[in-house]
Amino acid sequence: MTSQPLKPQSAKPQPADTKRPRYRRSPRHRLGRAGQYLALICYLVFLAFPLFWLISTAFKAPQELGSVDPSWLPQHPSLDNFRDAFDQQPLLRSALNSLIVAVTAAAISVLIAVPAAYAMVRYRSPVSKAATGWILVSQMFPFVLVIIPLFLVLKNLELINSLFGLILVYVVWNLPFALWMLQGYVRAVPRSLEEAAAIDGCSRFRTLVSVVFPLLTPGLVATVMFSFVTAWNEFFFALVLLKSPEKQTMSVILTHFLGAEGAADLGPLAAAAVLATLPSLVFFALLQRRLVSGMVSGAVKG
Amino acid sequence: MSTTLLRSRKRPGRGTPPPRTARARKAVLGLDRDAWFLLLPALLPILILSVGPLLYGLSLAFTDSQAGRTEPTQWIGLDNFQDLRFDSLFWDSFRIGIVWAVSVTAIQFVLALGLALLLNQNLRFRWLARTLALVPWAMPEVVIGIMWRLVYHQDAGILNATLRDLHLISENVNWLSSLSMALPAVIVVGVWAGMPQTTVVLLAGLQNVPHELHEAAALDGAGLWRRFRTVTWPALKPVVLAITALNFIWNFNSFGLVYVLTQGGPGGETRLPSLFAYEEAFRYGQFGYAAAMGLVMIAVVAVLLTIFLRNRLKEDDQ
Repeated sequence: MTSQPLKPQSAKPQPADTKRPRYRRSPRHRLGRAGQYLALICYLVFLAFPLFWLISTAFKAPQELGSVDPSWLPQHPSLDNFRDAFDQQPLLRSALNSLIVAVTAAAISVLIAVPAAYAMVRYRSPVSKAATGWILVSQMFPFVLVIIPLFLVLKNLELINSLFGLILVYVVWNLPFALWMLQGYVRAVPRSLEEAAAIDGCSRFRTLVSVVFPLLTPGLVATVMFSFVTAWNEFFFALVLLKSPEKQTMSVILTHFLGAEGAADLGPLAAAAVLATLPSLVFFALLQRRLVSGMVSGAVKG
Repeated sequence: MSTTLLRSRKRPGRGTPPPRTARARKAVLGLDRDAWFLLLPALLPILILSVGPLLYGLSLAFTDSQAGRTEPTQWIGLDNFQDLRFDSLFWDSFRIGIVWAVSVTAIQFVLALGLALLLNQNLRFRWLARTLALVPWAMPEVVIGIMWRLVYHQDAGILNATLRDLHLISENVNWLSSLSMALPAVIVVGVWAGMPQTTVVLLAGLQNVPHELHEAAALDGAGLWRRFRTVTWPALKPVVLAITALNFIWNFNSFGLVYVLTQGGPGGETRLPSLFAYEEAFRYGQFGYAAAMGLVMIAVVAVLLTIFLRNRLKEDDQ
């Protein structure tokens, strides 16, 4: 604010143009650029090398993994580890379980979150405020405090060790973020469209179904995918609530590969870990843009 | 009818209900029947499976609830907290939890801010860094833990191999089983796993910093550091406060990463409070006692956050 008088708005393009060549050529600036690239390379190495190592280990032949002097790249790339992974643990079954749980939970939570998000944005009421407050507060609670009572409640309903019980938990677990994200998208729908539909004689629900919800589709897709990834990746609730191996989801089955302290079979472990990441990675790649912009709009307007 | 009209006139803007049909509607808590119909499918599960269990969980902290017991649970008042006061194992784990949460949050913030500032520049390979920075976000916690176990592995790990090649160590270090190295090693993983969210949020904040102010400050002769301090930082501060506070809560409550990496070992050196409470509840079946731990965890986080946010807000006033 204080620097405004120094720079009249009408002269905007000029100083930028005259300044730029001089700015670019200065040696100090060049040094800064080099430093920036150096820093960027450090970040890339830090972020990439564990991933690289995981993938490299997954494709190494078993005898190579026993060597005392590990090499960066697999000398004889093989798929043996993947085969062994399927042999050692019920990987396929667990992937199916994860898929069922994640898809159902994502679908249900978004299905009930869309109307609620709409109502929370369009009606100013103590209920909406309380719900928003709860969304924030519920982030603060340690899982332990949530899981013990849930465990007892689900036990009374005989929903322990059942995929349905886990789906219920994930639906509620996904709701806060789904509501938050969708509210951002609902706010972006112009009120005038709804009014126009009402003047044309649309009932309230007709307006919602044929005017508002179609406009929310991009937000819906993003929220469904995000909920799916959250449920697919989740570990703690699944660990506590699912007991028998044929019911367990992929995150839990993965820990079975670890075995007793230090006794893990590294190859199949890495192979299974790579497989477990693929679905969320694919969804995330599709989602990346939307997620960032969705989060931003939610943050700015919320 | 007239009352609803009056009300909608009093509250213009986004709070106004959408156009109504001629039928007058009865409103409860500011919501008419349609709104309740829209809200209830989400509210009911939240009430039954989130609000309810949490209140139940809070009340469990004052009982002697145990797994698999036939006699009825009894109220025992503050006995659990009395026991907790002298449970040195719990306080050890609490101290570790604070060290973990503070270091992860702080390092995460510094590194993420640096990365966000870099990504905000017009650099080549920015897309690569952006993509890579998001990958940890998409990975299951368990996979991140497994991946780093492979990196840290004593004989087959890449870290020892690299450090040996660089002649920084002469003997393989057992990172995750050494009493002194386990906690720092686990903290590095925590930083790696949490960097994406922080970077994305900070980057979004940076893109809201007014460009003209930067140019004006540059024209006035302000250097890079000066511009960061006087232009970028004030605009970024609210975002920084929010994400740091959230990160702290998430890190303090984190479970899966450390469970996979060390299961709390060696010798409880990385046993975060959530791991401790988990064992208490699901290995030893002490539900009431574990709930009391959860309550203490909330209380401490709340107090720390209040102090943190209040100090920061005071700085703002000056």
